[in-house]
Amino acid sequence: MDQLLLNSGFPILSALIFLPLIGAILLLFVKNDAICRNVALLVTAIVAILSIWLIFGFDKNSAQFQFGEHYSWIKTLNINYTIGIDGISILLILMTTFIMPFCVLASWSYIKTRIQSFMVCLLIMETAMIGVFVALDFVLFYVLWEAMLIPMYMLIAIWGGPRKIYASIKFFLYTLSGSILLLVGIIWLYTANNYSFYIPDMMWQDYSLTSQIYLFLAFFLAFAIKVPMFPFHTWLPAAHVEAPTAGSVILASILLKMGTYGFLRFALPITPEATVIMMPYVLWLSIAGIIYGGFTALAQSDMKKLIAYSSVGHMGFVTLGIFVLNINGIEGAILQMVNHGITTGALFLCVGMIYERTHSRELRSATGVGKYMPVYITFLAFFSLSSFGFPGTNSFVGEFMILAGAFQFDTALGKFPYLALAAIPGAVLAAAYMLRMLQKIIWGGTDNPDQSWITDINVREIVTLAPFLFFVFWIGLGPQPFIDLIHTSVIQLLNQFHAHQAEGMAAVSMLLN
Amino acid sequence: MLFLPELTLLGAGLTFFIFSLGKPNSGRIRNMALSVAAIIFLASMVSIGSEGTLFYNSYKIDLFSQLFKALIALATFIVLIFSGKLDGIKDNIQSEYYLFLFMSVFGLMMLVSSVELISIFVSLELSSFAVYLMVPMRKTGKRGGPQVEAGIKYLLYGVVATGLMLYGMSYMYGLTGSTHLDEITDKIARMYNQPAAVIAVLLVLTGFFYKLALVPLHFWVPDVYEGASNETTAFIATVPKLAAVALLIRIVTLVTPDGNVMTGALMVCAIASMFYGNLSALVQTDIKRLLGFSGISHAGFVLLGLLTFNLTGYATAIYYIAGYVFMNLACFLVICTVARDGENVLIEDLTGLHKRAPLLALTLTVGLFGLAGIPPLVGFAGKFMLLVAALKEGYLLLVTLAAINTAIAIYYYLSIVRVTFCTDDAKRTNVVTGRFHYILCFSLMLIIIIMGVIPQRFIDIAVTAVQTLV
Repeated sequence: MDQLLLNSGFPILSALIFLPLIGAILLLFVKNDAICRNVALLVTAIVAILSIWLIFGFDKNSAQFQFGEHYSWIKTLNINYTIGIDGISILLILMTTFIMPFCVLASWSYIKTRIQSFMVCLLIMETAMIGVFVALDFVLFYVLWEAMLIPMYMLIAIWGGPRKIYASIKFFLYTLSGSILLLVGIIWLYTANNYSFYIPDMMWQDYSLTSQIYLFLAFFLAFAIKVPMFPFHTWLPAAHVEAPTAGSVILASILLKMGTYGFLRFALPITPEATVIMMPYVLWLSIAGIIYGGFTALAQSDMKKLIAYSSVGHMGFVTLGIFVLNINGIEGAILQMVNHGITTGALFLCVGMIYERTHSRELRSATGVGKYMPVYITFLAFFSLSSFGFPGTNSFVGEFMILAGAFQFDTALGKFPYLALAAIPGAVLAAAYMLRMLQKIIWGGTDNPDQSWITDINVREIVTLAPFLFFVFWIGLGPQPFIDLIHTSVIQLLNQFHAHQAEGMAAVSMLLN
Repeated sequence: MLFLPELTLLGAGLTFFIFSLGKPNSGRIRNMALSVAAIIFLASMVSIGSEGTLFYNSYKIDLFSQLFKALIALATFIVLIFSGKLDGIKDNIQSEYYLFLFMSVFGLMMLVSSVELISIFVSLELSSFAVYLMVPMRKTGKRGGPQVEAGIKYLLYGVVATGLMLYGMSYMYGLTGSTHLDEITDKIARMYNQPAAVIAVLLVLTGFFYKLALVPLHFWVPDVYEGASNETTAFIATVPKLAAVALLIRIVTLVTPDGNVMTGALMVCAIASMFYGNLSALVQTDIKRLLGFSGISHAGFVLLGLLTFNLTGYATAIYYIAGYVFMNLACFLVICTVARDGENVLIEDLTGLHKRAPLLALTLTVGLFGLAGIPPLVGFAGKFMLLVAALKEGYLLLVTLAAINTAIAIYYYLSIVRVTFCTDDAKRTNVVTGRFHYILCFSLMLIIIIMGVIPQRFIDIAVTAVQTLV
């Protein structure tokens, strides 16, 4: 159990995992809708506040897993309840805990039927999501990874839009069939590693190249579908469009990050040589995702679809950053995961607010509301700017670091920077589709529908959006504290990666030349 | 004491035989049946620690057999609770129905204790013949009455399987000169490379393949599941499978693991069952038929545990089949309750169930997600451990195919969940649920979840039980 600093004091991570679950069980016995809402808000808020503790207790100069807890779970198979966090996961956990209360707030008046079940689903989702990011036992990880599907399926299938059945089943089948081979991979690793499911034990081992490639493909299928990378993205627009606002926010902000988190946590350390061999393909798939997402978003008339396709593009940047395998790229990717969570989450909240008023997601029916909703469009404008990486906002920092990493990737090999150049049109496209949406929503044209009846957002909605805006600017103007949190872990990851296979890198440079 | 559960059952059979002579009112019979089932369960719990042999060493009482007897008794009890007033059975033959039901359970209990070929055969036939009679006892409803056809099919296929098994037994006797399993084990191990021995073991397995509904002896499943009344199907789909797995384990332990032919044959059966069951289930509209096909694929999964030829694998198979029975019971509970007048239930009949009976909808969902193998339910834990056990023995291809099957299966389970949870239909009336149903629903859900979240205890019990075999 090296690499795991056991937590001697209050089991903070377990508290974060189980508080929402306890909340969900309590809610089962509550019949009153108002109490349900308040209890759910209270529980998620407590979890968010508790998680602040992590920032102060976290040792930034250590790449070890911290706040660790370790209990035996299934002794026969050596499965344990082992959890802990490092620099790679801490920001994602904080993002999860902070976004959840706003998901509850966003559903306050949006969800009108079966509120109790809805809140139960949200809370179970929170348990599973936090669990996925902290799990250090592969079975625990897999259990939570799959368990997440049920509440998410329910969120889409019960409270979704008109094509909810199609979207929810597609989401479920796609994600599940992707991760089924991951299960086989996990069991293979278990037999190859002296019957241990402990994730750090599986890292940096000398598996044969063939088995690494198979493992990588299993990982890739599971994680690429979750990200989603082009061409595995087709479930995403459907699920996003049909999900209720809170569901869209959870999907965009947190669920998608699990794919990229999986690449960082598993693919790189467990199959380093295979990663190097597959890297070029993944990189160009990322570029394809960036460009494809951009162009498709440009053509959408449905606001949610537009943002969903923009997610494909943004997540393309993240995978690009991860697979250039240098410090700028990976740090930028982690930061961009958080940025995308904040910005896209907020954009979905904004679309949800319009939808509550006009009952349509069509851009056409939302044109020209700027005059009547000044507060709302202020928020929307800032989030849109952030979405296409305007300097001073959070995404700028992340995308800049990723592009810098991409430049470095080619120049380090002494080549012309094709990769970065190929990605840059994506940034331009993002500006194009975001500004187009913004222009239509604020001003529209001569044929605007009558919007005079529309009311501006209320205090609850402002409270929902304001913290997102705060983080947009905090990360945009002063990203250093965030990067500090992840820096040591990323350095450690890269050092071990390069130490593990200097010869692998040589093979790739031969391959590329 | 050793023979207590069986004696209780025999008593129960006699009681209902006497009842069947007169014209008792059905409420009294039902109460009687329930209390008898409870007593049998208690008796099997009491005798769970006892050990010994009976009838000239042909009948062995150990933890393995007693564990299965307790499971059989519990499953029977649960089936009887939710079968209620036996809506699907003709009114005038209800006491006969109970008589045959208890005789079948009696046969199954004898079966798990039998360690000698003739007693295995006799108890298997006792349990089968009773069920052959239970199938056509259904009353003819509005949606037609295919029960006679189902009964004939069940009987004919069953007889063929029995014939094959008897033939195999004769080989075994011819090769070893004994009908006692422990003597056969000793002798057959030495001649394992001979085709005659392999054929003998495979043919004997056939009889239990039939009970467990494994390809290639699965043909009876869909029609019998559909044709039999809901209560009967609930019984057929759960209780005999327990005994079948117990006997499969007993027979498989005869075989030494280095027999490639044997492993190959079992592997083919496992893969074929999984694919056949899952692919056919995709297009079903009758929920009992669907569960029948899903049962075939689950039987394939159980084989994964058996063809590891080691104790952990057997123990996992026991854990898996126990979990499977509880999940199936949860589904059949809902089917029997939703059914009107004992008619079959189509998937579309479950429309809007979340409003008409929220608790039933939840139970069905838990059961189906469990069968689909979604964590943290018992179906996942069982599948996972079976895959681990098989991969430990190096069956990578088999494990991959099994995993792919899990993904296929999701679709049809999910489409039932979709209908129950995501549709509304104002026209359909509410489903009435009794007090017993509440308790039963919660207990079943709790068992499914607890067995999945903390499987260690259950695995330990199964491992100890299996250890008594060798």
